[in-house]
Amino acid sequence: MEHQFYFHLMMLIAIILAALWTVISRSLLKAALGLAMTSAILTIVMFKLDSPLAAVFELSVCAGLITAIFVSTISLTRIMTHQEIMAQSKDRMKRFGVLPLIIIFVGVGMWLMTKKLSITLPPQATETDVRKVIWNMRHLDLIGQAIMLLAGVFGVVVLFKQGKEKEDE
Amino acid sequence: MSLLFVLIPLLVLIFVNVLPKNVGKKILFWYAILLFLAQVIVAIAYYLLTKYGIPCERLVERSLFGRSIDVDGITFIMMFCVGIVSLASLIVARCVIKKEEISNYVNLLVIAATGMSGLVISSDIFSLYVFIEIIAVSSFILISFDRDINALEGTFKYIIMSAAATVIMLTAIAMLFMSAGDTSFAAVKKSFDAHNVFTICAAALFLCGLFIKGGLVPFHAWLPDAYSSAPAPVTIFLAGIVTKMSGIYTIIRLVVSVFGLPAQIQSVILMVGAVSILIGAFAAMGQNDFKRMLAYSSISQMGYIMIGLGAGNSLGLAGAVFHFFNHAIFKSLLFVNVSAVEMRTGTRNIGELKGVQEKMPVTGWTSVVGLLSVSGVPPLSGFWSKLIIVIALVQCGRFGYAVIAILASVVTLAYLLILQRKVFWGNVTEKYAGIKEVCPSVVFVEIMLAGITVLCGLFFPFFYNNFLTYIKELIF
Repeated sequence: MEHQFYFHLMMLIAIILAALWTVISRSLLKAALGLAMTSAILTIVMFKLDSPLAAVFELSVCAGLITAIFVSTISLTRIMTHQEIMAQSKDRMKRFGVLPLIIIFVGVGMWLMTKKLSITLPPQATETDVRKVIWNMRHLDLIGQAIMLLAGVFGVVVLFKQGKEKEDE
Repeated sequence: MSLLFVLIPLLVLIFVNVLPKNVGKKILFWYAILLFLAQVIVAIAYYLLTKYGIPCERLVERSLFGRSIDVDGITFIMMFCVGIVSLASLIVARCVIKKEEISNYVNLLVIAATGMSGLVISSDIFSLYVFIEIIAVSSFILISFDRDINALEGTFKYIIMSAAATVIMLTAIAMLFMSAGDTSFAAVKKSFDAHNVFTICAAALFLCGLFIKGGLVPFHAWLPDAYSSAPAPVTIFLAGIVTKMSGIYTIIRLVVSVFGLPAQIQSVILMVGAVSILIGAFAAMGQNDFKRMLAYSSISQMGYIMIGLGAGNSLGLAGAVFHFFNHAIFKSLLFVNVSAVEMRTGTRNIGELKGVQEKMPVTGWTSVVGLLSVSGVPPLSGFWSKLIIVIALVQCGRFGYAVIAILASVVTLAYLLILQRKVFWGNVTEKYAGIKEVCPSVVFVEIMLAGITVLCGLFFPFFYNNFLTYIKELIF
């Protein structure tokens, strides 16, 4: 039990570090990789918490597909000059300097709160067929996901149209 | 049947978009008009079916829906509001938005409206969250539709606040799932009835997220920027229905179907409502920008809905839902008027305008109807909903909140009369001597919305007996 506690604690620290690296990183590419790393650590946590289905989705979509999209988009951008990088770095340190402290403070607060609340978790759900989960139990969410994709597509059409128009000119 | 509210718009939208460009673009606008008209008609048909002895809830039970779909009296009032406001926004868009861009606007409007339909038929907390996000994402794009720098700034603020709300709501959903083992309304309600502190904390967190989405004080900072920077038809849509659906409706739904109104949550709702009423009303007084003034007025009016709900009795709930409906109509009307004035004069600065009513009589007179209704002047619809809320507050012994509601109405009347006097009344300045009413379709929308406001006020006993009694039965 204690061994498991330390494992989860290590994972928690690792995921916070990866998330911080994502936010603070100066390079877009490093930020994308940091995000992928965050997802990968989350995948391990999900596997350890007996949710293999969620873990597979997290790994394939968040760590895999989304990172690939980010990297391909980043490849279309230009590299910043040294001066720009330095200015941005200063600005970020100003903005995010206190972030680790806030996270530690909130984390300790939540830990103390859960100690007081003595949460009793419900019994673990029995393994349900993924087809049943998606098509029978969460079909409204599935339709919602399709609508969200459509919104994303129209969003790209609307917001990036101007860029395309300028290029055409 | 209710799942069709989501499926039909989605499938037809995809179909129309894969048609050849010249055909699809022509059809798209009329498809959206038909869709929203159908939504309004079905909402009214629900009332007729219920009145003539065919309870729609039973029809729904007999059909093949899964567990996460549910309808009741509130559902169809919301459907009506979504249909009518979307219709108004669409007609104004035809006049305002460039011809080559109208199809993109229609696509996004239909997606947002479909998200709202999904929201009102959900009976699962996670599904609620999914549809709130759909509404949010389409709203982000709609606000920045013109890609203007102010619009992008407004969108950015909205995204940041919305992201904070998302994190809070997801945390709450995870906590509720931990304690209930499921996210369906029934399971969460069962867990909530056990008066577990952990579940109450989760509910409070979820409500905080919804306060941000609804632009209630103290989470309102994004709302005036988003409203004032968006293109005219988008502002009508946002102010008329978007913020109310993703924030206020969800709070009403959760209180009615899941959490009920325990003392702690009741106090929070009443307090947030009262503070929103006061800060919204007083902040509106100091505005020079037409749109910003109405945005703050919206915050104040949403506070009324909150205190109606917080009254915790059946009359309060009916008043809250009725004020929701009224606010969707008269605030859309006022934003259509603002848009019309802005289109013709090119300014929203109240100090620069004078005597516009002389040149735009329909806009001027419908604006009078809107402002009197917002202020709660009899016999218009806003008076009745505010009266119900005040009576409900008195009934439950919350006299202080009732006094706040009445006094804030006087403040509302004051700042809206100042606006009306400065912008519409008096002799028109030379600069605007050549202006005239905007296109007939916008005038039609103004008359339609003003007509609904007047009719709901004049025939209030009919609305109360036939619509609001169904809402009263839903109490906690």
